Amino acid sequence: MNLLFKIAWRNIVRNRRRSLMTASAIGAGALAMLLFAGYTNFIFTGLETGYVQRDGHLTVFRSGYFLYGAGNAAAYGIDDYLGVMRLITEDPALQPLIAVISPTQALVGIAANYSADTAASRTFIGVGLMPSDRDRMRRWDEYGTADVYPPDARLSDADPNRGLIGTGLARILGLCSALGLTNCPPAPAGSPAVPAAGSAAAVNSDITALARRELGDAASAAAAHSTLMPQIDLLAATVGGAPNVVSLNVSGALAIGAKELDDAYIIMHLALAQQLVYGRNEQEVTAIMVQLHRTEQLAAARARLNALFQQHHLDLEVRDFAELTPYYGQVIRLFSGIFLFISLVMGMIVLFAVVNTMTMNVMERTNEIGTIRAMGVRRVRIRLQFIVEGVLIGAIGATIGAILAILIGDLTNHFGFTWVPPGNTAPIPLRLVVLGRPWLIVEAWLGLVLVAAIAALIPANRAARLAVVDALRHV
Amino acid sequence: MEYGTVGYQRCPGTAIATAAYWPYCDKRARVVTRFAPTSVVVRLDGVDKTYQSGAIAVQALRAITLEIPADRFSVVIGASGSGKTTLLNLIGCIDRPNRGAIEVCGENVATLTDNALTDFRARNVGFIFQNFSLVPVLSAYENVEYPLLLVGMPLVERRRRTLAMLEAVGLAAQARQRPNELSGGQKQRIAIARALVKEPQIVLADEPTANLDSATGASIIELMRRVQAESRTSFIFATHDPQVMAHADEIFAIRDGELTEHRTVAPV
Repeated sequence: MNLLFKIAWRNIVRNRRRSLMTASAIGAGALAMLLFAGYTNFIFTGLETGYVQRDGHLTVFRSGYFLYGAGNAAAYGIDDYLGVMRLITEDPALQPLIAVISPTQALVGIAANYSADTAASRTFIGVGLMPSDRDRMRRWDEYGTADVYPPDARLSDADPNRGLIGTGLARILGLCSALGLTNCPPAPAGSPAVPAAGSAAAVNSDITALARRELGDAASAAAAHSTLMPQIDLLAATVGGAPNVVSLNVSGALAIGAKELDDAYIIMHLALAQQLVYGRNEQEVTAIMVQLHRTEQLAAARARLNALFQQHHLDLEVRDFAELTPYYGQVIRLFSGIFLFISLVMGMIVLFAVVNTMTMNVMERTNEIGTIRAMGVRRVRIRLQFIVEGVLIGAIGATIGAILAILIGDLTNHFGFTWVPPGNTAPIPLRLVVLGRPWLIVEAWLGLVLVAAIAALIPANRAARLAVVDALRHV
Repeated sequence: MEYGTVGYQRCPGTAIATAAYWPYCDKRARVVTRFAPTSVVVRLDGVDKTYQSGAIAVQALRAITLEIPADRFSVVIGASGSGKTTLLNLIGCIDRPNRGAIEVCGENVATLTDNALTDFRARNVGFIFQNFSLVPVLSAYENVEYPLLLVGMPLVERRRRTLAMLEAVGLAAQARQRPNELSGGQKQRIAIARALVKEPQIVLADEPTANLDSATGASIIELMRRVQAESRTSFIFATHDPQVMAHADEIFAIRDGELTEHRTVAPV
């Protein structure tokens, strides 16, 4: 075996220019594959981290909510959600898996700002949650993306009237200056956002007064502090179908990547969301979010949750974050498809480069092949000799490519490049997660070496099949 | 050295018997026989060989029947294209006849599979080529050692034999040099050492002096004659070099693929 490698290595060195060119082609293939894979890895882990930080790994719904709940979220509420959460957290199998468990209320309605100088309204997509749970969930970072957030002081468990809105919604509702937002031009003079006079203004003040009364005594202390914040009114239908109004003290704005969401998104305290949807009736939630310590625990946790609900005859279902956000699956499929395409192209380049090089080697060494066959070298060893050479060239090229990919990846991350992907409103970082995924490097390396070995097999077979006398006659 | 089939030892873990004078084992080991000086090492009976050159069939050998005695310096002579190389190829088991029987070292080689034939060559046949045919990426030492690796000889014995053979051909000092650093004569000496290091039954040399000047050619012939005498190996040459013919014990003349003469020059 040593002799095989010795001869292979020396022949590679002997034809160093040719070997270098072939190894460079393989290296370029490895580089392209690893850099793209590094970027897709960043996208995948970034998306997963974002979704898990926002919604957790698993979400418990009332059965049917996932398919039909969007039409009437309130009708699919989970009653006794505190009891369900207790059941989950006290389960010995689930307890060690769960990082955070938190109730949430989804709602839609109309957000309006009828203050002294503005009259604007917009349909909103809202979510009610516990601010402290949100802070804990946003610390999840299994993949070390560093996208973790400090506690958000703009929301507080103690102040149910505070909320955050998308920057687009803030712009639409004329709250840019009140929230101190930059890159948010005021509406042009004479635009429809200017307050209406007469009867419309009277209706607006009525709604505001109604919202104040809905707040009740419980929120009066917090409202005293919140008076410094701009206020908007939220109008939604209750479970009974009656209109309901609450006031939200806007404590800040969030830049949400997608414009559609940025123009409509509101985060509020769970209590306020429940008040808007359920009024003074029994308080329910639309979902219970379950964040795990590690994504690999997802299947086990899901199975256990289903078993638990079946055992206690609870009409609940469990969905994971990938099911809830089809976009995640679409991105994975898209990038995986592109990666596969790039890999195939690179594989073909490597294949042809190695076949070409090894064919030339076989032609040049035909007489040598005849000599060693005459000396007593079996056909299989001739075949192996050229395969080993192909593998060595492949290994050299793949190693060069991997090292370059690591270096370029580190440099790119170091300089902190950003870009705005299609459909986004804000730039996102361009990071290449190459070194952080050693298996990726190993797989790409092995893949290219395997392709090189397969490519070498064709000329190696030709060499092995040569008749000894013909090979000896070759000049 | 005993003659005739000698005692066997069993290779550990295999059922293959190995000749006792072959002091190492491997799974490819075959029973080999050392021939007495008066015995025949090569026997050809009615051998025909035809090559297909495009649409034309070229008959290289016609009904060759001959016996080559063991441990002799035999020379096959004839003009270019007479069939000398073809005859050597058949004796060396690197080509197969279209008709007739070939027995080399007591083995009917026509019946052997490709792998068996390859192993047979590895143990019994040494080749010396006109153009030296050394492996260019191996040093002189490694080229000589190569045949011993093929038969699975242990390192210590391999090293001993290789160094002894390099010493015998006067190139111990050049052991580390690659073929491109050696002269033509030195290359051919290395080729001789490579052919002889495994102590084969037969050494086949096809025009071994054709690419050498006459002085170097003469020294190479002297060397081969000396080594042949010491090792009692059967040397078979294809040549039209008068210097080589002058050293022959046996001369076989070929013309147009037919054996025209067999002469014993030096009695046994």
